[in-house]
Amino acid sequence: MIRVIHRALKDMWANRFLNTVTVVTVALSILIVGAFALFFVNASALLSLWTKEIRIMAYLEAEMTPEAVDRLGLQMAGMPGVGDVRFVSKEQAMERLRQGMSEGSALLDTLEENPLPDTYEVHMAEAFRNRDRFELLARRIGGLEGVSEVEYGKEWLSRFVRIIDLFRLTGLAMGGLFFLAAAFIVANTVRLVLYSRRDEIEILRLMGGSEGFIRGPFYMQGILQGALGGAAGMGMLFAGFRFVADKVAEGGGFLPARFLPDEMVLGILMGSMAVGWIGSYISLRQVLKAS
Amino acid sequence: MAPADSGDPIIRLFHVHKRYNAKKALLDVSFEISRNEFLFVSGPSGAGKTTLLKLLYLGETASEGQIIIDGLNLSRIPRRRVPFLRRKFGIIFQDYKLIPKKSVYDNVAIVLEARGAPRKTIRKKVRSVLRTVGMEEKRRALPPSLSGGEQQRVAVARAIAGDPQIILADEPTGSLDAESASVIFDLLREYHRRGATVLVATHDTALIRRTGGRVILLEDGGLDVATTIPRLPA
Ligand SMILES: Nc1ncnc2c1ncn2[C@@H]1O[C@H](COP(=O)(O)OP(=O)(O)OP(=O)(O)O)[C@@H](O)[C@H]1O
Ligand SMILES: [Mg+2]
Repeated sequence: MIRVIHRALKDMWANRFLNTVTVVTVALSILIVGAFALFFVNASALLSLWTKEIRIMAYLEAEMTPEAVDRLGLQMAGMPGVGDVRFVSKEQAMERLRQGMSEGSALLDTLEENPLPDTYEVHMAEAFRNRDRFELLARRIGGLEGVSEVEYGKEWLSRFVRIIDLFRLTGLAMGGLFFLAAAFIVANTVRLVLYSRRDEIEILRLMGGSEGFIRGPFYMQGILQGALGGAAGMGMLFAGFRFVADKVAEGGGFLPARFLPDEMVLGILMGSMAVGWIGSYISLRQVLKAS
Repeated sequence: MAPADSGDPIIRLFHVHKRYNAKKALLDVSFEISRNEFLFVSGPSGAGKTTLLKLLYLGETASEGQIIIDGLNLSRIPRRRVPFLRRKFGIIFQDYKLIPKKSVYDNVAIVLEARGAPRKTIRKKVRSVLRTVGMEEKRRALPPSLSGGEQQRVAVARAIAGDPQIILADEPTGSLDAESASVIFDLLREYHRRGATVLVATHDTALIRRTGGRVILLEDGGLDVATTIPRLPA
């Protein structure tokens, strides 16, 4: 293993210009893929934070017996997609309001009667947190007897979700494309090296070198190119991220974003190495038809 | 290395034919070579000497007939076993086949690396065979910077580095002056004495006569004759 790496490194050093170009290109691909990933990780973190807050407020009609109220609550809890149903009595609602407007709360004391309705706060089950189901559910709850009005709003949120979904698609497509591009670049480099060394490979075969012995260093080259490119790309991404975060901090702000989680960085590196391996594989298949 | 054990054939050919497309290079060649024999393949240029050697290490495959090497039938050997067959041989190619971008040292070492020999063993062995052929001084040189004779000596060093059972030498003294040639020949004989089977392809009849040994004579045109000539007087 060490010897294979040694031979691969020797090869790469012998073709250092070509290898540098390859590693840089792979690094740029990984940088772009990583940038997309970074954007999504943060966007979806934000999104899940927001969606947790999404709830449907069902305001109840005023004159209802406690039994009717309970029945309505059960009815809602039984609807598909509903996670959690919380009853907020009008007294609790008033209390919340009071806390919410500490300044003018004295004003509320002048009210003779609590004008707020009893309310059910309906939260979605995790799996059902998407826009269409959400709207459907809101409409169905609004149609229930005893519910005077529903409020859910946050139309902008659903638009945001839609944009993110769109970005996710393009991001995936772009990511795939860049991975493919990286694979082809590695394949090309390995192919050039293979062509320049065909005689040597033939000689090694005649000397009893196994295919594994002959191909090992080329696979290793692809993997190393992938690893180096991946590490460099991730390094650039991290540097860029720190730079932006520092700039924002200097301006007194705070960037509400995190860098990619470790598993993801590791995953991208592995992916990059796999890409290198695939590149080598393609070229070896093409050039070295076993003799 | 196997001890000298003449009589037991290590190489057997049965009605072997070789065609390159339409061109017939070998026609109905049959013979046996005993273990630890030292013999020549001779014949004029184009007779098929190199072709015959190639068939033995599967550098080419026979168009017809059977070749058995050390009990292995070459027509039935699976592809992944071919390297193991080739490791039985130490081959000195007519055109040397040195790797131009590798140093003399590395050219010899790579054979042992391919066989998975430990690093230390490789270093010792390469030094020793380079010393034997008188190329130790030039171990860092690249083959293109060497004279033909020097390249040939490196080729010999590489062939013997793996202590092969069978040495195939294709015009091993082609580019050497008489003195260097006899050094190489002494070397081949030394390995023969240690138990190797040695097969030398050459059209240099003077050399054969000097050395003596069984000769397989291929007729001009590579066509139909494989004659075994009895030992010539030394
Ligand atoms: N790869 C090939 N493709 C086509 N024809 C070939 C090939 N190799 C050899 N030949 C032909 O086969 C015949 C035998 O060639 P070979 O190289 O075996 O002769 P040789 O006895 O080694 O000659 P020399 O003494 O010049 O080395 C020649 O006519 C040659 O042209
Ligand atoms: Mg020849």
